[in-house]
Amino acid sequence: MTFSFPSSPRTLFQKIWDGHVVDGGTDALVAIDRIWLHERTGGVALTSLAESGRTIAEPANVFVTLDHVVDTLPGRTDETIMPTGSEFIRVTRDAALAAGLTFFDLDDERQGIIHVISPEQGVVLPGVTLVCPDSHTCTQGAFGALAWGIGSTEAEHALATMTLNLVRPQTMRISVGGVLGGDVQAKDLALYVISQIGSAGARGHVIEFAGSAIEALSIEGRMTLCNMAAEMGAFSAIIAPDAKVFEYLNGRPYAPKGSDWDAALESWQDLSSDDGATFDAEFAFDAADVAPMVSWGTNPQQSAPFGLAPASGKAADGDARSLDYMDVSANQPVAGLPIGGAFIGSCTNARFEDLEIAARVLKGRKVADGVRAICVPGSGGVKRRAEDAGIDLVFREAGFEWREPGCSMCFFVGGESFGEGERVISSTNRNFENRQGAGTRTHIASPASVAASAVLGRIASVRELEELEAVR
Amino acid sequence: MNAFTTVTSRAVPLIRDDIDTDIIIPSREIRSVTKKGLAKGLFAGWRYDAGYEPKPDFVLNRPEYAGAQILLGGANFGCGSSREQAVWALAEHGFRVIVAPSFNPIFRRNCVRNFVLPAIADPVPMAKVDGPLHVDLAARTISGGDQTWTFEIDEGSAEVLASGLDEIGRTMLSADKIGAWRAKDRASRPWIYLENRA
Repeated sequence: MTFSFPSSPRTLFQKIWDGHVVDGGTDALVAIDRIWLHERTGGVALTSLAESGRTIAEPANVFVTLDHVVDTLPGRTDETIMPTGSEFIRVTRDAALAAGLTFFDLDDERQGIIHVISPEQGVVLPGVTLVCPDSHTCTQGAFGALAWGIGSTEAEHALATMTLNLVRPQTMRISVGGVLGGDVQAKDLALYVISQIGSAGARGHVIEFAGSAIEALSIEGRMTLCNMAAEMGAFSAIIAPDAKVFEYLNGRPYAPKGSDWDAALESWQDLSSDDGATFDAEFAFDAADVAPMVSWGTNPQQSAPFGLAPASGKAADGDARSLDYMDVSANQPVAGLPIGGAFIGSCTNARFEDLEIAARVLKGRKVADGVRAICVPGSGGVKRRAEDAGIDLVFREAGFEWREPGCSMCFFVGGESFGEGERVISSTNRNFENRQGAGTRTHIASPASVAASAVLGRIASVRELEELEAVR
Repeated sequence: MNAFTTVTSRAVPLIRDDIDTDIIIPSREIRSVTKKGLAKGLFAGWRYDAGYEPKPDFVLNRPEYAGAQILLGGANFGCGSSREQAVWALAEHGFRVIVAPSFNPIFRRNCVRNFVLPAIADPVPMAKVDGPLHVDLAARTISGGDQTWTFEIDEGSAEVLASGLDEIGRTMLSADKIGAWRAKDRASRPWIYLENRA
């Protein structure tokens, strides 16, 4: 057992951990402040808990929505293109309502992808512990919360006791100094970091992202970066909350109000790593080294700058299988390969800023013939804001489908798919085999790169699109 | 009884890094809100052809591994989605031990909560043994042929596995401590407790 003394310098993670240990040391019972559930993994937790005759300890602190298997086509209902999807929707809705939980239904404008709507609603706050049976819960660490993905059985435990048994994770700081290039997005930085440290490079660690390039990121960019920590094997990711975070949260529906806000704001001032705090692992990168990135293989670490061939990066076992599945060559950049699909959406890149940046690329341009292009806003709030700004029209006029909020085609649940052998560029987080459909070949990239590729009909960066048009 | 002591069985070698939970159970195979009936979808993308007929060359379909309770995997086993269905499918298929050089943290915790032992061994040398392996949780050893190797697991997880007891029930024994912590926390961070929300 180890003890931490308040007088010794502590990491941001350690401060939140210390503040939530109910019992124990490195092997601890930890208090949970917020729980989110969705129909794919949360419904089974609710029904299993009810069957065991147990009740939910703090129902007011539990939020439930539908995002994973719901249709995203206009005019959707409980019936889904995914066979049996309606069962997940109905069981989850019935269980959530029966338990008196806050539930954002399909016809509620607050519905959307959990990691998009949680900040919109002010459910996530600096310094809280937040869990959800979803691996991308780490997205919410962008607000200085300790937010992590759990299993369904752990969710039952959290619901019943508002605690979890946990071995204290190790800490890692990833510092990014300097300034990101004008055409480099948070997604590119995330793919760059993964390509450098590997898909298990942060396994079991809480990553604190720090440095001037991180401070300069927008809230939405920070969320994209923290989101991709799941693809580094991290326990979670966190960024010290600053004025941008406080301003974002102030006035949100579930954020503290009045004197509570003042007290909360004061308590949040201490939420940063102390000078001299030590981490179990440290990495430092220079933002100037980061270029727009695209994945070539079947794991996010298998990513490279647009102009570089897979063989230019770190060799790893399994590359031959990845190259074969993706039908790409080790010695040829994937840039230039023709695509059949372009997808903008997901908890990684479906927030307002993502759509705005993609729309800037699409404005006055058209999606190439033969490319099926789809945009799925991350929430009802993002969708309405984009429509108010006319961004939906830019997407529609360019030839994109404009959809209802949800996780949609980030993954194949047996419903919609891009199809066997189809090559797709996608703003999502996972390029795993069969992720977007049986045999579908997924290349992940930033929303701007997805938009540029959609226009050219092949994998391309915005830089290439602009250079081509300048020549013409 | 879920309590884990020892397992003796053939071990299925599936030594490849970054086997993700989409591979262990593709999302399309999760058809119902239940922890049961998932074994059929285990490794479906690798196990079946387009007509859903077993591919004879996939290791899980080989007759010598029928009924095997030990799976040998590569590094970062269980990465990707948090879906516990991956562990439910492995357990229902009969696996009680997964040996790998490293595990994804959520997957590892999901294993323990379903009384499947995630044994860390780096490398996984026992893949070369052509016969049964014997896994002993208390001794932290895996033996086969005339060799014995050690594996790692954290103390808390080993206790949960060995006890076979329901975790919520065990935590409820600390209800007083949790109540006291909450009472103190309510006073210092009232905004956390949303039932008070105006």
